[in-house]
Amino acid sequence: MKPTDTDSVDWRSESRSAPDVTTRERLREVYDDRIRTPLLVAWADWRTRLGFLIIGGYLTMALVAILGLWREPSTNQAPRYLMLFENMNYPLGTTASGTDLAALIVHSTPDILLMITAGAVWATAVAVVIGTVAGYKGGSVDRALMSFSDLVMAIPGLPLVIILAVTLNPENPILLGVVINISYWAGLGRSLRSQVLTIRENDYVEASRTMGVSTPRIILKDIIPNLMPYVTVNFVFAARYVMFASVGLYFLGVLPYSTQNWGVTLNFAYSGGALFSWSAAHWLLAPMVAIMGLSLGLILLSQGLDRVFNPRVRTRMSGESSSTAGDDDADVTEVL
Amino acid sequence: MVNYYVRRTARVFATIFMVASLTFGLIRLLPGGPYTQLRAQLLRQGVPAAEVDARIANLQNIRPDAPLWQQYIDYMFALAQGNLGESISLNEPVVSILASSAPWTVFVVLVSTILVFAIGIFLGALQAYWEGSRFDKLFSGISITLMSVPFYVVAVLALYVFAYQLRWLPTAGTIGTGVERQLSIPFVLSALEHSVLPIFSYTLGAIGGQALAMRGNSIQVLGNDYVQVARLRGLSDRRIATRYVARNAILPMYTGFLLLLGFRLGGTVILEQIFSYNGLGYYLISALNANDYPLMMGTFLIITIALVLGVYVADLTYSKIDPRISAGDSDEAY
Repeated sequence: MKPTDTDSVDWRSESRSAPDVTTRERLREVYDDRIRTPLLVAWADWRTRLGFLIIGGYLTMALVAILGLWREPSTNQAPRYLMLFENMNYPLGTTASGTDLAALIVHSTPDILLMITAGAVWATAVAVVIGTVAGYKGGSVDRALMSFSDLVMAIPGLPLVIILAVTLNPENPILLGVVINISYWAGLGRSLRSQVLTIRENDYVEASRTMGVSTPRIILKDIIPNLMPYVTVNFVFAARYVMFASVGLYFLGVLPYSTQNWGVTLNFAYSGGALFSWSAAHWLLAPMVAIMGLSLGLILLSQGLDRVFNPRVRTRMSGESSSTAGDDDADVTEVL
Repeated sequence: MVNYYVRRTARVFATIFMVASLTFGLIRLLPGGPYTQLRAQLLRQGVPAAEVDARIANLQNIRPDAPLWQQYIDYMFALAQGNLGESISLNEPVVSILASSAPWTVFVVLVSTILVFAIGIFLGALQAYWEGSRFDKLFSGISITLMSVPFYVVAVLALYVFAYQLRWLPTAGTIGTGVERQLSIPFVLSALEHSVLPIFSYTLGAIGGQALAMRGNSIQVLGNDYVQVARLRGLSDRRIATRYVARNAILPMYTGFLLLLGFRLGGTVILEQIFSYNGLGYYLISALNANDYPLMMGTFLIITIALVLGVYVADLTYSKIDPRISAGDSDEAY
């Protein structure tokens, strides 16, 4: 890849007349601009790399569970209270009822991944729509949307989920994810709105407005890109909240026990007295490590992706090799 | 301006009214209906049917046979008079249970959230200031690790280590068993002793998130032109840091603070269960397990009202902090 190729990815491509650019070149530009550069920026950061690896690990676990490469968990399938790595057939040991812990962890993964994705997508999508429209439009639209958010936000999250869970008995992981995050968007939407209030005062937004650009276009092109760092980070927070809340609620025993879940394992371990005897500590630790690992992967990924979606960082990065990423950071700090 | 405050205040009442209605509906939606279970239980105990109805009517000032709209009106009127009915499982007015449990929850949540916010902002600002340094990398790592630990895991481990193994701190309750519930030194000491572990476990995991948020905001602010202009004008670092950077970086977190309070108020459901800490969350779960609908509605409403007031305060003070945003309606709409 010649350096000149990447150099041409800039404003000029917009103003150049069409016959000069072949479809092939155009595709290449799109590829460079939208895929290659962001990936380079992302990969340059150790956090993204580690995050990708961890998430990849969990996806592999999910795949293993779906393809049935590891045995299903069932009681009395192994000797009771095997310790970690005591018997390599059951690497994570077994529970009081002789269930393979590795099987429990692996077979919980697909449902958990589905659940947290559903919950996070739901929460961020609704929040972005409500937050940007309310913040940008202002006036009565803002008031109506914010009153609605206030109402939703005024309902305490976990207690509402508990009551909904008892009422609806959601067994589908996707539905469960949405139920857990049913009111999460309200707070996020509100803080997005407060960001939009600041962004919409910017010169370029005013310029777009004066030029008669339509509102949806301004929101899409001028406002949302500026929110992206915030949105990606909060997407991960929403996902993490689903996981923490679901595991916590399973732990309390208020969610229906139909799906296999790390929280259920944690609950059984806790009530089985795993906290007080070393011979069963692994029973408690395995689901904890699973939860924290996934959460760690998500957060690392979001931290790294912050750079991809942060327009300021990206502009500086585009066209440069990944090795300069570290040096660029110095510029930012120099300012203060 | 006055108009705005009046309208905003009216919205608080409207929100509380709507949430109260919603709670009414939600609780009515629960499987088995609100009092079927209780009635069956009382009948099984051999209580005559007429007396059962009378007792149930007493519990919530609701006539179970009345049409739904009648029940709703009764419920709302009772609520307006501060009457939340009587707890089924504890045989006490709901209001008195809430009055004795809410302070504990508010105490734990408030103290821990303030700690989270203060420590988080401090660490995040330092990290942003030295972005890319060894300190930043170390604390980013620590923050990320802290964030991936759910507070109940910290709680369970802390309970195991400090209460059961080392026996430094009590394992359950809000105050010691022999301590009288009145304002005295032993009472305060005992209460503090019992709150250390809940506050610790509720604070530790959340600091990382706040620090990273502050770090991100500060870095974003640092990239703005006005910071560069301020620097070119030769303003002191101190002035730039406090007036230009900190102010604009904390702003988005300010609404977050009150939201955080609300979210965490709900989170105590899990926290208080682990420590058997007799706050709102503890009673919510025990009410749910005992099918104690009046108590459940009561805890729900109190948490709700706390949240509504929090957001209200945030809205009223927002314009004081960010001069660019004049209070609400004087903004021109696009």
